Amino acid sequence: MELNKLTAHELLDLIKNKKATPQEILGSVHEQIEKSEKDVKAYVRINENTVVATASDERSVPIPIGIKDNMCILDQETTCSSKILKGFKAPYNATVIDKLKKSGALLIGNTNMDEFAMGSSTENSCYGTTHNPWKLDCVPGGSSGGSAAAVAANEAIWAIGSDTGGSIRQPASFCGVVGMKPTYGRVSRYGLIAFASSLDQIGPITKDVADSALLLNIIAGYDERDSTSVDMPVPDYTQALENNVKGLKIGIPKEYFVEGLDPEVKDAVMTAIEVLKKQGATFEEVSLPHTDYGIATYYITATSEASSNLARYDGVQYGIRELAKKTRKSPLLDMYDETRAVGFGAEVKRRIMLGTYSLSSGYYDAYYLKGLKVRTLIKNDFDKLFADFDAIIGPTSPTTAFKIGDRVNDPLSMYLSDIYTVSANLSGIPAISLPCGFSKEKLPIGLHIMTKPFAEEMLFRIAYTYEQNTQWHKQRVEL
Amino acid sequence: MTATATRKYETVIGLEVHLQFDTATKIFCGCANKFGETPNTLTCPVCLGLPGALPVVNAKALEYAIKVGLALNCTINPFVKFDRKNYFYPDCPKAYQISQFDLPICSNGHLMIETADGEPKKILINRAHLEEDAGKLIHDNANNCSLVDYNRTGTPLLEIVTEPDLRSAEEAYNYLQNLKLTLQYLNVSDCDMEKGSLRCDANISIRLIGETKLGTKTELKNMNSFKAVKAGLEHEINRHEAALESGQTIVQETRL
Repeated sequence: MELNKLTAHELLDLIKNKKATPQEILGSVHEQIEKSEKDVKAYVRINENTVVATASDERSVPIPIGIKDNMCILDQETTCSSKILKGFKAPYNATVIDKLKKSGALLIGNTNMDEFAMGSSTENSCYGTTHNPWKLDCVPGGSSGGSAAAVAANEAIWAIGSDTGGSIRQPASFCGVVGMKPTYGRVSRYGLIAFASSLDQIGPITKDVADSALLLNIIAGYDERDSTSVDMPVPDYTQALENNVKGLKIGIPKEYFVEGLDPEVKDAVMTAIEVLKKQGATFEEVSLPHTDYGIATYYITATSEASSNLARYDGVQYGIRELAKKTRKSPLLDMYDETRAVGFGAEVKRRIMLGTYSLSSGYYDAYYLKGLKVRTLIKNDFDKLFADFDAIIGPTSPTTAFKIGDRVNDPLSMYLSDIYTVSANLSGIPAISLPCGFSKEKLPIGLHIMTKPFAEEMLFRIAYTYEQNTQWHKQRVEL
Repeated sequence: MTATATRKYETVIGLEVHLQFDTATKIFCGCANKFGETPNTLTCPVCLGLPGALPVVNAKALEYAIKVGLALNCTINPFVKFDRKNYFYPDCPKAYQISQFDLPICSNGHLMIETADGEPKKILINRAHLEEDAGKLIHDNANNCSLVDYNRTGTPLLEIVTEPDLRSAEEAYNYLQNLKLTLQYLNVSDCDMEKGSLRCDANISIRLIGETKLGTKTELKNMNSFKAVKAGLEHEINRHEAALESGQTIVQETRL
């Protein structure tokens, strides 16, 4: 039995029945890393000495986990896959890290990502590209590509990612795993290095829906250190895992099935809908009239916030510092210029420029403020639908994983791979991507489900029902 | 100030007072809010602006701001928000100051003063908003470098902004005296200008009597006593008058 190919809930059963130990599980994960990491490159840092706590209580979850490289871990390097943060060791733990450590989680390493979570392919990393475990010359998606690839490659049992416009769900879709973005405010972001504060959310990347619910149980909840976290009780999400969608009403937005959608992806999603129909859910075509403005609104909002959030990387306190060889403006201004010129990659610079422009006086009203207004319209579309529907369903991404290098010189086509996912961030709602098939090229396809705010249980219920009646989540990569 | 000039020209002054609250902790974190400690001993990830850290507003600071707002006859706004003022400088570790832009906690107040003739006069207060103080740069010329002390970073500040209602340096002086008395009575700050607990910036311009448009202003900053404010304003009034009288134009500038 290859322990590393099992899910967390399967492993916990084995531990409980004394058929496996956390050490053995950790060992099997490290063995896999030894074997395939040179090809996948999911990690930017691997902890050689992951400590397995000896005493553990009933709730203890001693499962090996990968952490995206944008969450602060006490005294360990965290870089957001950016040169500018090289050497930065946080003097504190992010709240999710505290919660994971308390649960007995085995932190095996930091996973690769697009620099500062800006990208959809994990190609924008100062450590190099992560490869899709299903097809090594393809991208794993992004920005949490390292986390998704680590889980798909069985180099982690599960992983933590962050999702600003689809950064958990799109790579989960590309790598054939389950990626979930909780409601904005459901998981504390204290210690998550900010990209776009009004959109960022932390969530689980797992092999199946049951694990997703289990991991969300561990990380969810109010945190007094994050004012945007919501003070309401966290249900036991595993209780929502019910193989039953009878009577549920699910909307299929017509705007999601248009030009640009790969026919193979479309077919897989339509087949998935048939599966749920058989289980008693009813489907209806619906409209989200402002869908077309999603990508534009997202890129205005996210880049504006990023330009402000990333201004602190100036060479003064931490990370790298570069000085000019010859004084141009002043030693201080030259230090800012040089540090940021050397430290940031091309995509991050592009977004800082876009965001600075949108926020600058004279353009603020036309771009940023207008973006905020359109964002409200997009949110209203969803609010209206959720008055009548339990969920909305569609593809996670218009295509399967594309070839490494194919879109690096075409940022617009790269941005379009997030077309179905950004609206969940813009409207703050929870969403999940789960495997629903493979293309002829043996690349995974993702099914995307969204529900109203704080209806994660409904999300899990529908996803779980789909899973119980299909086999896609049992597929494992051989590497 | 010459008597003839005041008859020809009218002085227009607006004041911005920064008041440090003496809350036990800083405005967005739990660090002690104290003056004169060893540099960089009163810091944490939040006030250092470290990656991933998030601000949580100090309820006491809000309470103090409301107290001041009520004493200054302001409207206390039921919905307030914080904004970011972006700028690069080493004393500002996030490269933005958290402040309030369009929805300040207090607006539309006033404070009574006495004019030179002993008449009561209402000075309108445009707004009072909460923000965080910056750190302190220490320039070490001997070693040709600058050092940053972040102890002050995140000290709660209330910026109290008047309308351009003051018509002389003396009125400005009277306003500051009355304001300080009110603030001391509220017991929200020690109002010690030498420690920087109370700081004053002034905008000054002059115009021909009867003119309604504001003249070009000079901004005066970093004055460490009310007497210095008065003297600085008097100097500027004379300088503006002399310039206009000799046919020159005033160039807008900030004087430190």
